[in-house]
Amino acid sequence: MASQFDVIILGGGPAGYVAAIRSAQLGMSTAVIEKEKLGGVCVNIGCIPTKALLHSAYIARLLREAKEFGVEAGAVKTDYGVAMQRSRKVSDQNSKGVEFLMKKNKVTVVKGSGVLLPGRKVKVAGDTYEAKKAVIIATGSRVKGLPQIGLEINKTTVISSDEALFLEKAPASLAIIGAGAVGMEFADIFHAFGTKVTLIEALPRILPLEDPEASDALAKSYKKRGIDVIPGAKVKKGTAGKDKVTLEVEASGATQKLEVATVLMAAGRAVNTESIGLAECGVQVTERGFIKVDAGLQTTAPGYYAIGDVAGPPMLAHKGMREGVTVTELVAGKKPHAIRYDNVPSVTYCHPEVASIGLTEDQCKERKLEYVAGRFPFSANGRARGTGETEGFVKILRDKKYGEILGAHIVGGHASEIIHELAVARENEYTVEEVELAIHAHPTMSEAVAQAALDSLGRVVDM
Amino acid sequence: MATNVYMEALSPTMEEGRVAKWHKRDGDAVKAGETLAEVETDKAVMDLVARADGVLRQVAVAEGQTVPVGSVVAVIASPGEALGAAPAAAAPATPAGSGKRETGNVATVTAPAPVAVTPLPSAPPTDATRVKASPLARRMAKEAGVDLKLVAGSGPGGRVVKKDLDRAPVVAAAPFPVSRVPHPERTGAPYEDVPLTQIRKTIAKRLATSLGPIPHFFLTTEVDMERAAEARDALNKQLGDRGKVSFNDIVIKATALALRTHRACNAWFQEDHIRYWNEVHIGMAVAVEDGLITPVIRSADLKSLGEIGREAKDLAEQARNRRLQPNEYTGATFSVSNLGMFDIDQFTAVINPPEAGIIAVGSIVQKAVVLDGQVTARRRMRLTMSCDHRVIDGATGAAFLQTLKQMLENPLAMLL
Repeated sequence: MASQFDVIILGGGPAGYVAAIRSAQLGMSTAVIEKEKLGGVCVNIGCIPTKALLHSAYIARLLREAKEFGVEAGAVKTDYGVAMQRSRKVSDQNSKGVEFLMKKNKVTVVKGSGVLLPGRKVKVAGDTYEAKKAVIIATGSRVKGLPQIGLEINKTTVISSDEALFLEKAPASLAIIGAGAVGMEFADIFHAFGTKVTLIEALPRILPLEDPEASDALAKSYKKRGIDVIPGAKVKKGTAGKDKVTLEVEASGATQKLEVATVLMAAGRAVNTESIGLAECGVQVTERGFIKVDAGLQTTAPGYYAIGDVAGPPMLAHKGMREGVTVTELVAGKKPHAIRYDNVPSVTYCHPEVASIGLTEDQCKERKLEYVAGRFPFSANGRARGTGETEGFVKILRDKKYGEILGAHIVGGHASEIIHELAVARENEYTVEEVELAIHAHPTMSEAVAQAALDSLGRVVDM
Repeated sequence: MATNVYMEALSPTMEEGRVAKWHKRDGDAVKAGETLAEVETDKAVMDLVARADGVLRQVAVAEGQTVPVGSVVAVIASPGEALGAAPAAAAPATPAGSGKRETGNVATVTAPAPVAVTPLPSAPPTDATRVKASPLARRMAKEAGVDLKLVAGSGPGGRVVKKDLDRAPVVAAAPFPVSRVPHPERTGAPYEDVPLTQIRKTIAKRLATSLGPIPHFFLTTEVDMERAAEARDALNKQLGDRGKVSFNDIVIKATALALRTHRACNAWFQEDHIRYWNEVHIGMAVAVEDGLITPVIRSADLKSLGEIGREAKDLAEQARNRRLQPNEYTGATFSVSNLGMFDIDQFTAVINPPEAGIIAVGSIVQKAVVLDGQVTARRRMRLTMSCDHRVIDGATGAAFLQTLKQMLENPLAMLL
């Protein structure tokens, strides 16, 4: 006799644990199956520990510049090992927090690797669990690297973020391949800990998914700081030695040879869809390997749902968390607000931070939209001048006719926190005028949002 | 002191409630907290409970009836208490001749009484004054001249959002509600409740004020269409590629001309007066995706068949594309509804108040007819006129219909 639950969730990452809590709140008996620590990649080897390390990097930089603010910190010494240990504690606290939430909500946590069986069943070791209402697949993704460039992750000289997060010492030199969010954040971290960092991106600009102005601002900031940025680069050859790696990189028509202590592969992720019994249950995957789901997040097998990274891009924790809420409400027969996949904020927590929502200016052009761009630089913002965070800007792209906020891009200190005003505005279809009409406290960084809205209307005040 | 029993808001979004079943009858003793009735809300059937002890009196809403939240549906009085007039929100209770009730029980409501929900022959629905819409949707609607009341909102709590306006083929001037197609997503629920769009509500309310309160009667006649058909062929030949005249256009023209000589049928019933129209504006019923609408051919009596043909085609197309302007579908003095294309021999149409009549047009079929003592095949068409007896009497309607029949059977008379 199999143990029965209303809902069984395979994977206790951000999508899975949020689904579990919401499921329990809706009165459904719920089980989560997790083979490692609760919280998944995000809590243990992703979002959370990197944020801890980035803050260490921020403090290091702040102390180096403290003299200008009238504070003498003396010679600043950094120790990556200590920062790493602290980040581990933060991760462990968060993982324990998830464990506590499971208990609080009376969610059964089954430790082990689950394999789906037909008939809404999941097998874990010798035990079989049966879901009366739904099996939710939330197995997430993992680092894959870029095997096509001939450099295999060997976990010593060629590493991924999984290893970078556990280094005892910052390497003397580091080449980061891939200048997306992960590459940008590690470049920031290791540079602050004294590593000579070279950032290599195949596409013509770093942060290729962001607005070009954001990419340019970050490229400028990184170069000024002494981080080598090589966009439009092709790694022609990579040779991993015992304690060094040689790279041949071709960019702007010239080939250069790089010798670094470590290479960090910061591109490529694979979804965890293997050996969990998908095919046996009739759960199909797309050409790109994601699990095929309909608008209600149900897979091709009735009663089996998929959320989070396995269900398709964007592979972001907060997108998975929202799907976790939505899928359980659907299973419970509620009619949740449809997820607006075009309104998922995207954030890179390097310094300055980059946060965006909606369309980039290039996308507006591609779609032949009639738009007006409004901009406001933090160099003209009183609060930013006070804290010395004058890098960056707020840029709002609005529809020419109705003022709809088509996209918003923020580069600057705390951009990750400031973006949500625009997320709320877009979710509720507020136009630039409603954003501007809301009184913004003075002096704040957020005033730049109101000023950018005003600029798009041709009425900017502070510039 | 008597306590009013109100239709309570039993769900956050409930605006009106339908009394599904009374658990207590007029005269029954009730205790606070006891279930008085089952009420069907927009979401579920819920209990309406007594808020006081006493005797249930003056039950003003019959089972199956819907009243707005806040209406008085009954009162709870002390035993023997003298009560004033019946609750204002509801019509006086109808004494039902239910033989099963014990004698001595006065005035019980067991049959549906026409409760005055919100009488609105042409007034806008009261619940439509407040529209939930996003700022962007408001701006787009204002720019395009779209009445947000007519748009079904798909946002939280029925809020009108951008995509509701986008769904109309042309955003500019989309006067019609965009039909809410149920989401194809499988939600696990066995059914989906799709809220009524405002047009559907308006159709429901307006037509309920028609067949119910309006004393309809119906007159049917069969018209020989041979000569009309000949005339149509000749006209279409003459017109060439400058358009086409349909049988419906001929019926509209003939109806308009017949109304000119029978002003008694070209009238509006208004609460305290009858407005006899001197102008003739013919409404023609057009089926659209989410209901029907009657665009109006103004001064149809003064227009040529060619003009009517072009205008009718144009209006029907605009209606189906949801691009009609309000002035294009209001102000008809009489209507024509045609189901001939569906092979309907004859039917009765529901009067579109405040108009007093409507002609229902059946299909044209070849029939064996005795003509001059000979059985011959003739194309015949049935017309049924629905009349509001408050305006049109039997003979009045019959005389009009006779003129119409004569005109159609002798299309040359239209030239007179």
